[in-house]
Amino acid sequence: MIDMKPLVEVRGLTKSFNGIKAVDDISFEVYEGEILGLIGPNGAGKTTTLQMLLDLTTPTSGEIRIFGLELASNRALILGQVNFSSSYISLPHSLTVRENLKIFARLYAVAEPGERIAELTTAFEITDLLDVPVRRLSSGQITRVCLTKALLNDPRILFLDEPTASLDPDIADKTRAMLKRIKAERGLSILYSSHNMQEMEDISDRVIFMDSGRIIASGRPSEIKEKFGGASLEEVFLKVARR
Amino acid sequence: MKLSRVFAYAIRHIYLYKRSFPRLMEVFYWPLLDLLLWGFVTVYLAKNAVPGFVAFFVGALILWDMLFRSQQGISVSFLEDVWSRNLLNIFVSPMSAVEYVASLMVISVVKLLLTSTVMITLAWVLYSYNIFHFGILLVPFIANLVIMGWAIGIVTTALILRFGQETEVLAWGVALFFQPISAVFYPVSVLPPPLNTIARFTPSAHVFEGMRAVINTGTFPANELIWAACLNLAYVTFAVAFFSWNFRVVKRKGLLVKIGE
Ligand SMILES: Nc1ncnc2c1ncn2[C@@H]1O[C@H](COP(=O)(O)OP(=O)(O)OP(=O)(O)O)[C@@H](O)[C@H]1O
Ligand SMILES: [Mg+2]
Repeated sequence: MIDMKPLVEVRGLTKSFNGIKAVDDISFEVYEGEILGLIGPNGAGKTTTLQMLLDLTTPTSGEIRIFGLELASNRALILGQVNFSSSYISLPHSLTVRENLKIFARLYAVAEPGERIAELTTAFEITDLLDVPVRRLSSGQITRVCLTKALLNDPRILFLDEPTASLDPDIADKTRAMLKRIKAERGLSILYSSHNMQEMEDISDRVIFMDSGRIIASGRPSEIKEKFGGASLEEVFLKVARR
Repeated sequence: MKLSRVFAYAIRHIYLYKRSFPRLMEVFYWPLLDLLLWGFVTVYLAKNAVPGFVAFFVGALILWDMLFRSQQGISVSFLEDVWSRNLLNIFVSPMSAVEYVASLMVISVVKLLLTSTVMITLAWVLYSYNIFHFGILLVPFIANLVIMGWAIGIVTTALILRFGQETEVLAWGVALFFQPISAVFYPVSVLPPPLNTIARFTPSAHVFEGMRAVINTGTFPANELIWAACLNLAYVTFAVAFFSWNFRVVKRKGLLVKIGE
């Protein structure tokens, strides 16, 4: 993996809000075809980091390069090839699932929107919801629709902020399986934040552990466990968070 | 700026109207209420005192509503995205802030066409009033009112983006603030000196002044229209610049993700 070219390169990224550093001089890469987990206690700076990578929040300093291009000056080009989902976003409530997906397919200029929507909704087991207004869906169902939206443009990188937070164990498991499959089939890269440590061990090739805006450890889950002397990531997390 | 994205996103609101009965009601309900109330006042006054009053009043009512709808078309459509927690979906897509504003403009015109058709038809059925007696002049009248509505709507939207949902009330009230100084139902000369001066810098005041000139004297209000167009050009440019600037501030403060919380 190391000799591969990184899709995302972050150098000295810092974000201060009113003089307080939410993200403090972090550097990392996301390589092609890897799932990189982002963990850390509440307020560690995970969401802020993801937002900066999506040009939703402007960094105070530091450099973000995606596909080798500087983010701020190549925004439309880059954002057309990445996507985002999270448990805190939703979709227009009065529109049906199909209408919503059609609109985003157009926004991303998807070539065969009908086929793409059919393929993805089958994979996420939501074909029976296609003509239901989003308002009537459960939060887990909305999460699946948002994930479908996030895959419409066949992104090269997927940014996910706690995407499985409202999924039941069965669907969460299926979602992880699906993400792993897409990763394997298309070489999709995923930057993934979650508080579910078991999930992180299961899905991540590498993990970045953030605390108070800094990266305190990074590597394969096994390396992190070894470094902090824990049997599981959960144990490591508790150790670090309570020290 | 990519037009395909602008139109793709405008469709979202057309779907919304197709599906949401209360929102469709809004298109018919307010215009109907306005027309009934003020129309009958007008009919009464016309019978008793001022001839030609219907053309004056009902015409003004329909035209004013266009400005109002144009502004609402922008700010309320934006609020729909805030309410449904959809803003992030838009801004992580390749769509830019300016493209988003452009799509709001498209939506606002579509909504306006819908409401105006209803109003014009009702005025014709209820009072045999035909707004097309203004002929070709309707084009510059309406264009100026719509563009002023855009300018107000875009500034309002920028403020809501920046200061959060507490400022939501602006979306409903700001255009009404311009109604008295727009001299919709009376000549600008009625206004006291300070307001009179403000009216000079209000594009809609020139439109309504022009409308009265046509009805009263039949002259072509070239002067008023040029004034309105120049002011509008300045205001809408300012509004888009203000929005872009605010958008950058909001991104710096990390507030884009927080709006609607
Ligand atoms: N817009 C903002 N203005 C001021 N401070 C902010 C803003 N956004 C985030 N912060 C602060 O920055 C820090 C990092 O927040 P962030 O949301 O990135 O954490 P997180 O790791 O995602 O936490 P969580 O696990 O709770 O989601 C927190 O202390 C938070 O209060
Ligand atoms: Mg977070």
